[in-house]
Amino acid sequence: MTAPSTGTLDQVTAPATPRGGRRRWWPRRDLLGVLPFFVFVTVFLLIPTLVVVIGAFGGDDGRPTLDNVAALADGYIVDAFVRSITLSAVTAVLGAALGALIGYAVVTAGPDSLVRRLVTSACGVLAQFGGVTLAFAFIATLGLSGFVTVFLRDSLGIDIFSGGVWLFDLPGLVLVYTYFQIPLMVIVFLPALDGIRPQWREATESLGGSTWYYWRHVAGPLLAPAFLGSTLLLFANAFSAYATAAALVSQGSPIVPLQIRSALTSEVLLGRENLGKAMALGMVVVVALVMWLYGLLQRRTSRWLD
Amino acid sequence: MTSAGVRLEGLRRQFGSLRALDGLDLDMAPGELVALLGPSGCGKTTALRILAGLEDADSGRIVVGGKDIANVPANRRDMGMVFQAYSLFPHLTAAENVEFGLRLRRQNAATRRQRAREVLELVGLGAHGDRYPQQLSGGQQQRVALARALAIQPQVLLLDEPLSALDAKVRVQLREEIRRIQLEVGTTTLFVTHDQEEALAIADRVGVMRAGRLEQIGSPEDIYRSPATPFVAEFVGLSNRLPGRVTGDVVEVLDAKLPLVGAVHSGPVTALVRPESVDVTADPTGTGRVVAVSFLGPTARVTVSLPDDAIVVAQLESARLPELPPGTPVRVILRPVPVVVSP
Repeated sequence: MTAPSTGTLDQVTAPATPRGGRRRWWPRRDLLGVLPFFVFVTVFLLIPTLVVVIGAFGGDDGRPTLDNVAALADGYIVDAFVRSITLSAVTAVLGAALGALIGYAVVTAGPDSLVRRLVTSACGVLAQFGGVTLAFAFIATLGLSGFVTVFLRDSLGIDIFSGGVWLFDLPGLVLVYTYFQIPLMVIVFLPALDGIRPQWREATESLGGSTWYYWRHVAGPLLAPAFLGSTLLLFANAFSAYATAAALVSQGSPIVPLQIRSALTSEVLLGRENLGKAMALGMVVVVALVMWLYGLLQRRTSRWLD
Repeated sequence: MTSAGVRLEGLRRQFGSLRALDGLDLDMAPGELVALLGPSGCGKTTALRILAGLEDADSGRIVVGGKDIANVPANRRDMGMVFQAYSLFPHLTAAENVEFGLRLRRQNAATRRQRAREVLELVGLGAHGDRYPQQLSGGQQQRVALARALAIQPQVLLLDEPLSALDAKVRVQLREEIRRIQLEVGTTTLFVTHDQEEALAIADRVGVMRAGRLEQIGSPEDIYRSPATPFVAEFVGLSNRLPGRVTGDVVEVLDAKLPLVGAVHSGPVTALVRPESVDVTADPTGTGRVVAVSFLGPTARVTVSLPDDAIVVAQLESARLPELPPGTPVRVILRPVPVVVSP
């Protein structure tokens, strides 16, 4: 930072403009603490994004081209985006609805209750329980030879795969993704539920309102932005998930992250790295759109909050 | 507006092993402001919440306007309530908060707006109707909460320590506002507080509660000047605990014979004497000695040490302070006003 700002802090830490009017070029000492953060963001977010953007608009020969971006309109890529968005939206809505109900149940159990401590601890773990381990857990329980599958088939005569091997396709991904979306929803939505004060319900009652009226006109509107914001967060979480799907789906690439993997690692079709980057750019645009909506919701609620 | 009388009869409420109400009886005349005063856990808030319908009593009757409403749900009791704090709906403006109860009563938009304007004017916030709660100070928020409760023209107004979250200066201003408004609208009001000064300042009658029961109820002056029990004497105002001896209908304390409140068996007792009933004069032959002086504006408190390590506090006009610096030998004189004694 070269332009000094006015204020006591600047005067105390170091004179912003040395005598003689020359401005110093080094950063202020009080910014040093956040330097690691900026380095991290630069190395792991800004530079990769830049690489993706440049690659998406570059050909194999390094010249600028729109071919990669134009290829995003190809049927199989559009299908992959549609499936990714559908998967993310369905698991976000399912996870949000079920997670909100569990969160509400936890809140009604009291702030120091055993139930709350157990559920929040479990959710903290389960929300991060993705990837290969989660895929294996589902294969071991609901896979073709999973113990639940075998039990249902041998003991109860129920064949859960009579309609097809759904676990390794989109329906299976919905189930597995929902598994980690629910606990994530509990974690991110709990603070909003905690913020609902019992006095609001009692005030509604004393003014003549029923429980339904309270939920419709007080708790509902107050929780709606947090609920929708959390749902968007869950959407982004599912949309960018890769490892679970990669471990579970061994044939085909039904969703965008797997299409990108295919473009980068396929030994059949070579030279598609920049198409992969174009798809990644498409994902960045979708997530940016989601985050913009999230920001709008935050702005709406900020005037209500202390 | 139809103000209603309130009668609570034999209210009992138990929370686990804690007996919050132990046969509480209370009568309130229409338009009266009664303050329930007591220490934490004495049951005053439970009594208010049972009257509001937010808690159920284990037994007892709740009669409002001649009708037993014990089984009427809270949303049909027609009572306005102001909570300690944070009860305004944060997503609604002050005016929308005030209109909330009117909307529930299906009043049309023009009537709602007109009424909201009126009550916001009443609480001195006519120009703040479009502000959100977080844009208002704590005192202003409580005024809006009061306006919201009054807008529905309730039979009974319930105030649950509405000033406890405010700073001292705002608290004094707002309690005077509450009293002014209550007298203006004439709503029967139950005011719960643990602050004796607050209760004595605004109530028609003060009920001092202890362990789920009313220890004494009376005018603020009665409660202060004629406490019925040692608990009331000690909880409301300051009292000196002085050793004495009851003989007949008087108690002998520091060579003075003071009339008794109530009948007491003869024998040694502890007399509870108000600081303003104690006079102190400089006297080189006096047995007391001034040990501390506190200036309180128009009055001052003088702490005097007596033989046998007894301590007595006197409240005097501060103009007399120059004659009583610490270390001055003094004579302590008790004024002959009735005192409460404890065994």
